[in-house]
Amino acid sequence: MSNLTVSPSPHIHSKDSTRSLMTDVVIALVPAVICSVVFLGLRELLVLAVSVASCLLLEWAVTRFMMKKPSTIGDMSAVVTGILLALNVPYTLPLWIVAIGAAVAIGVAKMTFGGLGQNVFNPAIAGRVFLLVSYPSQMTHWEAPQGLFGADAITGPTPLGAIKEGLLQGSSVKDIMAEHGYNYGQMLFANIGGSAGEICALALLAGFVYLLVRRVIKPWITLSIFATVALTSLIFWGINPDRFTDPCFNLLTGGLILGACFMATDYVTSPMSTKGGIIFGVGIGFLTVMIRYFGSYPEGVSFAILIMNSVVPLLNRWFKQKKFGRS
Amino acid sequence: MKNTFSIGGIHPHDNKISRDCAITPLATPPTVYISVAQHIGAPAQPLVKPGDKVKVGQPVAEPGGFVSAFIHSSVSGTVKSVGPRADLAGKMSTTIEIAVEGDEWMDGIDTSDTLITDIPEDNKTTLEKIRLGGVVGLGGATFPTHVKLSPPPGSKCEMLIINGCECEPYLTSDFRTLLEKGEQVVIGAAIIKQVLGGVPCTIAIEENKPEAIDHINEVIARLRKVSPKYDGICVMTMKMRYPQGGEKQLIDAVMHRQVASGGLPISVGAVVQNVATALAVYDAVQKNKPIIDNSVTVTGGCFPKQANLLVRVGTPLSYIIDSLGGMPSDAVKVISGGPMMGKAISNLDAATLKGTSSLLFLTAEETMRKPESNCIRCGKCADACPMGLEPFLLNKLSRINDVEALEDNAAQDCIECGCCLYSCPANIPLLDIIRMGKAEVMKAIKSRQIKK
Amino acid sequence: MTQTIIWTIAIITVLGLVLAIILYFVAEKFKVQEDPRIDEVEKVMPGANCGGCGFAGCRAFAEAAVAAPNLDNNYCPVGGNDVMAKVAAILGYEVKAKAPMVAVVRCNGTCENRPRTNTYDGLSSCKVKAALYSGDTACAFGCLGCGDCVEACQFGALSMNPETGLPEVDETKCTACGACVKACPKTLIELRAKGPRGMRMFVSCRNQDKGPAAKKACSAACIGCGICQKICTHDAITVENNVAYIDFNKCKLCRECEALCPTGAIHGVNFPKPLDKEAVKARVQERQKKAREAAAAAAAESNTKEA
Repeated sequence: MSNLTVSPSPHIHSKDSTRSLMTDVVIALVPAVICSVVFLGLRELLVLAVSVASCLLLEWAVTRFMMKKPSTIGDMSAVVTGILLALNVPYTLPLWIVAIGAAVAIGVAKMTFGGLGQNVFNPAIAGRVFLLVSYPSQMTHWEAPQGLFGADAITGPTPLGAIKEGLLQGSSVKDIMAEHGYNYGQMLFANIGGSAGEICALALLAGFVYLLVRRVIKPWITLSIFATVALTSLIFWGINPDRFTDPCFNLLTGGLILGACFMATDYVTSPMSTKGGIIFGVGIGFLTVMIRYFGSYPEGVSFAILIMNSVVPLLNRWFKQKKFGRS
Repeated sequence: MKNTFSIGGIHPHDNKISRDCAITPLATPPTVYISVAQHIGAPAQPLVKPGDKVKVGQPVAEPGGFVSAFIHSSVSGTVKSVGPRADLAGKMSTTIEIAVEGDEWMDGIDTSDTLITDIPEDNKTTLEKIRLGGVVGLGGATFPTHVKLSPPPGSKCEMLIINGCECEPYLTSDFRTLLEKGEQVVIGAAIIKQVLGGVPCTIAIEENKPEAIDHINEVIARLRKVSPKYDGICVMTMKMRYPQGGEKQLIDAVMHRQVASGGLPISVGAVVQNVATALAVYDAVQKNKPIIDNSVTVTGGCFPKQANLLVRVGTPLSYIIDSLGGMPSDAVKVISGGPMMGKAISNLDAATLKGTSSLLFLTAEETMRKPESNCIRCGKCADACPMGLEPFLLNKLSRINDVEALEDNAAQDCIECGCCLYSCPANIPLLDIIRMGKAEVMKAIKSRQIKK
Repeated sequence: MTQTIIWTIAIITVLGLVLAIILYFVAEKFKVQEDPRIDEVEKVMPGANCGGCGFAGCRAFAEAAVAAPNLDNNYCPVGGNDVMAKVAAILGYEVKAKAPMVAVVRCNGTCENRPRTNTYDGLSSCKVKAALYSGDTACAFGCLGCGDCVEACQFGALSMNPETGLPEVDETKCTACGACVKACPKTLIELRAKGPRGMRMFVSCRNQDKGPAAKKACSAACIGCGICQKICTHDAITVENNVAYIDFNKCKLCRECEALCPTGAIHGVNFPKPLDKEAVKARVQERQKKAREAAAAAAAESNTKEA
């Protein structure tokens, strides 16, 4: 008989692969990438390019020469990390710092744990936090956008930074908002200062919807983060509107949308079950608001996500999905 | 509530490319090879020896234990040998080789097409006829039906579910049976209903078979006018989803009750039978015809001539393939059963069994596995698992053989449906490994029960 | 500034001393009293914790050895006679020196001898493959080639030969712990006596099919012809279920079976001189001729006596 192939069942496979899933994430980030280049200028494109290239190069080098295995860059996860990292930093960041950030994100936060699937902390966030702590002045230096809408856009610090500074100087939230002319329309449509991740709200949300439609991610974690942020800030703002910013402000500023949609939903570092995911989101939302209101850093999403990443193994152990036939 | 099971499941393309092929009888081969291991339980004991002359429908092997079944000759001719022969996986089992001569049937078998709609009242006689007819579950498990329809004392059946879902892609023999032998199926269902005490009966059919749903509804309406014994039978349209036809999943979908781990369907009051089994019950009870043939779908994208054939039990697989034009040049795998739970054949000289439902040809592109990569903890396997298990965890535990943790994580509940391996983007052979872990847990559970 | 440093050093030193004293007394009070011989035995064990002795690690072996009345059930295959002699000395027991054993893979089904009849596309594990079907060759008893044995060996003594597709044992590393024997789903690997200067004979086949079927599947299969059994003058060979087996306790390494085996299923390893098949065949035939003549003479004598 002709040479038959034999294997255990099942004998067919879905079209999904690690590469197709990661490619979908890259596609979902394209609107935000375009938006960021349009608003911030070609320098942002350079930052993106350097970040992605450094991530790819480092993963290739580590897998080929240190782990002595075939390179894994074909699965596109390094590209995703590169884009996310670039969207998280000021567009004026010196390129060598961007490269270092990529090296830490891939080399330390991903490859030391064994590569894709083994890391505890989100690589892009870990890289960003490392840069924030090591190069604080470059990482908090926000210049006027050089994009299509150039000098018309609001310049200066990010809204969160402005709020923090203003509060320290004794002004009330309302005054600070009025002083800078902040309104929600601007925030939704990228007319504020900050990193690309902070300004391209609509583009990011569009990407999030794409990922939901393609069934790449589930909505629980993201919605849980938004809901918790909204609820927590609602309570505090209700008590003291002069000291605390309102829910809409919190939802639209900072890296919250980028973090909630793309970083907290990273497969490797988020819980496996729905219940675990919701609690994960609650934790991130709560910590973000606490750091923003009471911490000395203006922005809390990155730290909140990193802290909750460390809790994920416990969430996976405690909150497993319901088994059939066991009530 | 949706007409589907509550946890997990996948949606492979149903590929019912053979759905328009009416069931046509395949000519009897020159020799048939009837195995004595065609059902769950003890293999049957041969009743014939070389040189004996047999007729169609004559018992050639009797039950070898309580959970066992009769096996009948599917042809008339002379017994050539009784000895070990390799099955489709190369494993040896005692096989009765019969050289075909003519087509003489045993006396008492009604071979006419007359429909017998009267439902016998005497349950004992009915069960004995089912037992003598060698009827086994034809949904794949081949559990002896007369045992299944005799629930242990103290258990109560509340519903009979007839499984017409045929959730595996490519398979259409049950669909064609519903279309072409719908009356017989409904009568068979009514007979089983009667044996179980007149409980309500639901015929579950997936929504991708609208013609079958309409036809069976029409048949039931017609038969209701003939006898009140056909009241209480209805059709339920099920969502198209795999594994809708899995016993536990189907009970969950129809009755919204979940069979507990290690339990039997009767523990929640359900008895599930396949439409082909209902047809076999009709034949055995109303026509005195034992199982001597079954419908086999021969299909696959690369197979030029789709077909649904009525094949005599014991027909060599190579004979079936050759009669339809031979192996397609680009087929690399031939599967007995569906693409999700079927067995890949390594020995095409093997012969069909009562439970053979299809021959599926797949090309390299459709079936060859891609290289394995790291688990990315996406959770798609856990989302897909219809038993609510966590295959990514069971995979890790099986590799290090941690039997205790495997049992805690319910590896013994795995129904080996294949949804996890199907969904894994990293191409990890999850089910291959979990099967091994499950076997270890079952061994441990069994040894505990024996100690008790 | 200096004050701070002095205070810090002082406090830490005192704290350290206090804690150390507390820890010492606690360790003494809650010490588990164990037979000191257990520690002594453990020290001389090889420390591989391989489980080859049947106990869960070297310390478990030591505990069992101390508790047992003799060393009959306690033997460390990794350490061998040297280690067992030391253990016997510590415990004051006697130990019987065992012949050193080695793992032997009994399959001749190389890629050349045994053609593939199908392609296996499942997980590369002998266990999975064996549970699925009879294998990707026509021999249902032969090596499946996925290397479960190689993975099971903790001493790196097994490796797959890519040309033959069979595992090979490195005698210098094999400790006869038995892990590979358990790992092989076809029970092809057996622990056999290493033999004087490493020389040993074995039938490298476990195929139980009848001769023609076995030979069709693999050109070097044992066809159960029984020639080896007939000519063995030491009663070491038995043929059961169409396959021959050499009892290594009785084998005297004469290599006659190897010379006369029609398929080459019998192997002799580590012999210094190559086997001269023709010479051995001639010797055997001569012996058989003499035996026939003697039998004929004895029969003729008894006939004349009767007459």
